[in-house]
Amino acid sequence: MRAFINHFSFEFRTGIRNKSLLLLNYLFPLAFYVMMGLLMAELNPTFLDTMIPAMIVFAALSSMVLGLPNPLVSSREAGIFRSYKINGIPAVSILTIPALTTVVHTIVVAAIISATATRFFDAASPVNWAGFALVVLLTVFTVAGIGVLVGVISSDSHSTVLWSQLIFLPSMMLGGLMIPSSMLPEVLRKVGMLLPSTYAMHAFQGLAWEVDTGFDPLWSVIILLASGILSFGLAIYLFSWDRHNTTRRAHPLLAFVSWLPYIVGALLS
Amino acid sequence: MSSYDRQRLVSMNDSIIEATDFRKTYGDLVAVDSISLEVKRREIFGLLGPNGAGKTSTLETLEGLRPPDGGSLRVMGINPTCQPRKLRRLVGVQLQTSGLPDSIRVNEAMELFCAYHNVAPNYEVLKRLGLEEKMSTQYYMLSAGQKRRLALALAIAHNPSVLFLDEPTAGLDVPSRIELHKLMGELKEADTTIMLATHDMAEAEKLADRVAILLRGRIAATGTPRELTATGSGLTKVSVRTSGSSLSDPDIAFPAVTQHGVKDEYIIYYSTDPGPTVSAIIAHIKEQKDTLVDLRVERPSLEERFLELTGTRNAE
Repeated sequence: MRAFINHFSFEFRTGIRNKSLLLLNYLFPLAFYVMMGLLMAELNPTFLDTMIPAMIVFAALSSMVLGLPNPLVSSREAGIFRSYKINGIPAVSILTIPALTTVVHTIVVAAIISATATRFFDAASPVNWAGFALVVLLTVFTVAGIGVLVGVISSDSHSTVLWSQLIFLPSMMLGGLMIPSSMLPEVLRKVGMLLPSTYAMHAFQGLAWEVDTGFDPLWSVIILLASGILSFGLAIYLFSWDRHNTTRRAHPLLAFVSWLPYIVGALLS
Repeated sequence: MSSYDRQRLVSMNDSIIEATDFRKTYGDLVAVDSISLEVKRREIFGLLGPNGAGKTSTLETLEGLRPPDGGSLRVMGINPTCQPRKLRRLVGVQLQTSGLPDSIRVNEAMELFCAYHNVAPNYEVLKRLGLEEKMSTQYYMLSAGQKRRLALALAIAHNPSVLFLDEPTAGLDVPSRIELHKLMGELKEADTTIMLATHDMAEAEKLADRVAILLRGRIAATGTPRELTATGSGLTKVSVRTSGSSLSDPDIAFPAVTQHGVKDEYIIYYSTDPGPTVSAIIAHIKEQKDTLVDLRVERPSLEERFLELTGTRNAE
């Protein structure tokens, strides 16, 4: 327990001390939130109905899909995992503790957004706060799992950027953050159903705002949960200590199994 | 009695490190080719060899970082591949190449690693290795030598029974090197078994109780440094410098000299019996009315033996 607390405390401080992580955990999502609040309220007033969940999902994507994988890859490349291994730090701790601390950072940002969006930008507040809290936790858990999995399967920093952007950009465009899914053309709406952000938005709207989105929010919860569990499980299974020692339990493409729940969701929609 | 103490007791009279027909390959490359060695309790065992000889592969497999491809390995009776967690409590490792997160402070690294070893942070060892004033410094701000010293401090912080050191003095300044040598002596006295891979022959000769010279993945020679030097050519190096040219004629023959050459301003003689050789050289200089400027007699060193074995002495 002392080791866990010590490791958690160090990783948490790193999330603030490291300038790149500080940017992706706090500055980028909060600056984007303020900018969207100032601009979109004028350009598209209906955006205010989904502003809080959209900005929380954005914060989760920023800190976990853009921020979380790169330190994992660079640590492996720099031999840090080797140092950890010889000192008895298990793979599970290496993967879950940075994810947990990033979850805490994201929850802090989510709390700031939730506490200020209505007051400053007249954004719609959740009507069911318990449902809201549940979906926040579920979203950050799932996106953290995806971030960790991207860090584990990326062979180097360049491929990390590629994988991260492959998830981040479509999520922004088609995941219901900027434009509600219902307003997208049918083909793009279907493509959007392959993204975790779409299910997070459905779950938020169904369980926290109690709005009918045409997709059962409980299915969204189940799909997100399944993807999160699969992502963490696969990340631990595919973890490699050492860039020189490339022996893995399976091919990194096995990571695509974590996307199966979204494929099922797309078929159900 | 803790499992740690029990393990320590069990191994008191046994070999601490055992490798039998150990083999390590990387694809088609055979890094270590069926070597066997044994390290006894409280021994400092040196692994010597040129780059690519298999030293790091041997150490990293014994440390449980890599799986062996053949043979058996035991460290304090533990199979490093099958029981890595058990091994971690008993061994300390300083890797040749490793790292720490850039943003971690020296004291945080000590606290983190000691927490995983379930011991109190050992700030004393940081002080001992000259890192006391760097406690709050982030890792990326440390010099290369300070990083090496921190790695060593972390390796010994939990008082391990076995210590693996891979090129421990590489990048260290002279005072740090002397301090490290002193520390290794103290660790040995405190019942620690040390296995070190090094390029520094003087270090191995000074510190190691026994050494093994690895060449292309095989053990070319093993024994105490004294045994190894004795089994070589046994030639003593006599270096002479005079103010005149009394020794410049290559045809002059001195007793017991088997080879000779010139290096810088010195005439070098390799002798099987330095007494008569030196007497004859001095007599010859006197006879030629020349003046002796410098004369050095060096007994065969481990380095000489190493160069002989690796076939690089003549090239040098």
